[in-house]
Amino acid sequence: MTAASLPLLRRTRVASSVIPGFGPTLGFTLLYLSLIVLLPLAALLIKAAGTTFAQWGAILTDPRVLSALSLSFGGAVVAALINAVFGLLVAWVLVRYSFPGRKLVDAFVDLPFALPTAVAGIALTALYSPRGWIGSLLEPLGIKVAFTPAGVVVAMVFIGLPFVVRTVEPVLHDVDLELEEAAASLGADRLQTFLRVILPAIGPSLLTGFSLALARAVGEYGSVIFIAGNLPGISEIAPLLIVTKLEQYDYVGATAIAAVMLAISFVLLLAVNLLQKWRRARMGG
Amino acid sequence: MSKSATRDPAWARWSLILLALAFLGLFLVLPLVTVLVEAFAKGWAGYVKALSSDDTGSSIRLTLMVAAITVPLNIVFGLAASWTIAKFDFAGKSLLVSLIELPFSVSPVISGLIYVLLFGLQGLLGPWVAEHDTRIIFAVPGITLATLFVTFPFVARELIPLMEEQGREEEEAALTLGASGLLTFWLVTVPNVRWGLLYGVLLCNARAMGEFGAVSVVSGHIRGLTNTMPLHVEILYNEYDFVGAFAVASLLALLALVTLAAKSTLEWWNRGEIAASGP
Repeated sequence: MTAASLPLLRRTRVASSVIPGFGPTLGFTLLYLSLIVLLPLAALLIKAAGTTFAQWGAILTDPRVLSALSLSFGGAVVAALINAVFGLLVAWVLVRYSFPGRKLVDAFVDLPFALPTAVAGIALTALYSPRGWIGSLLEPLGIKVAFTPAGVVVAMVFIGLPFVVRTVEPVLHDVDLELEEAAASLGADRLQTFLRVILPAIGPSLLTGFSLALARAVGEYGSVIFIAGNLPGISEIAPLLIVTKLEQYDYVGATAIAAVMLAISFVLLLAVNLLQKWRRARMGG
Repeated sequence: MSKSATRDPAWARWSLILLALAFLGLFLVLPLVTVLVEAFAKGWAGYVKALSSDDTGSSIRLTLMVAAITVPLNIVFGLAASWTIAKFDFAGKSLLVSLIELPFSVSPVISGLIYVLLFGLQGLLGPWVAEHDTRIIFAVPGITLATLFVTFPFVARELIPLMEEQGREEEEAALTLGASGLLTFWLVTVPNVRWGLLYGVLLCNARAMGEFGAVSVVSGHIRGLTNTMPLHVEILYNEYDFVGAFAVASLLALLALVTLAAKSTLEWWNRGEIAASGP
């Protein structure tokens, strides 16, 4: 790449364009980005860098911290898997079949993006609590959802669903019907065609949707804290523990948990990206 | 070739449709219905009474005020960022785009925490803030900053791909014909991206009014002063005032439905002009 040898952020095609305003708009963009995003994030890194080795050790071996982190990440993985399956189902039905109200259903899929998380949180709690519509049906079966880790997963499924549907939908739209016809004419049944032809084509977008849903669920707070019950060590998520530490003026503890969460999320996203790259290289484009 | 080769049998089609609808009904429709049913648990009179308290009124005013500050700022930023990214070539462009989308991958709670670490009493700039006799954390400026952070990418990420797709020819033509840069921007660029801009503003506004985690960390939950609508929902709920909590929640749910309706209308009318549907 030739651009890499040039100084960062310097225009590479000065003479060819008559369009003005590069300096002011880039300057404003960088200033605003630095003030609102980069400077505050740097404050987190500076605080984390000032944490001593002993403090890190104490925080990272605290069973309460470990169980909160494993609930946030474990719950998010389970929720993202559920979303991958049902999100694919919803996308499939919306793209491939026509039925009355399809457009309305399609628009409604974005509800979790638009509905404030606190509203989703109290509504799900009311539904799944032992006297709620769903909770009262599950209670005789001995299943408890609200105020248990299962409730955490329910809330995470709610907020993650549109990510999978919206990343798979356009790709599913573009899958060439002729490939399916070819598979059928070569004797494949519909299930074989789906598994061998369609799934490989939409696989990367499904993985992207999965990782977006996962990233969102890991950090989710508003929709989870009402239904979780927040029992330390059992149904307490990592973002809530950060809030609790802040309320106790334990800034070091809050910062350390936040830094660990950011680091794990970053590694996860990087791994997904590498997986995509490796897959593309192996498939030859 | 006959269509039957790529069509699923009717029984498979309908069972998949029913399964998908059942899932969406369970996870999306029922929560929304619950909000309304709980809000009207004590009838219309109870609903109106719950909404007419002073604290509810001031939470609505604060939410509207924060949105009125953050949305225009993000519009200006979105226009500047997309202009510089789409109309010019420079090294480090993809890094800049990734940095703009960064707030999406940060937990809302961490988005609030970073401002506490910066401006709180023990924060890096805390002493400086205290010296100037102002408050940022546990006050309206902190709420505004945290909201700016979480809504930061919305307008820019709609406009960048849209402007990139439209290229530079129309602007170059206008400029060559003697129009000034600003005139070109207002008469050529802005009309070209208006639907995408509106789309980004809708999503940005919904998030600005509905943000909970980030705002919760910096707000201090002072009733009547630093309580936004979502925070007010939490306070009422924790006080077991369920009708009140769900009544305020119903206003936010209405905002969500209006946002969805407007968003879908924009998508149906301008399929080509809106870059991508998404978060």
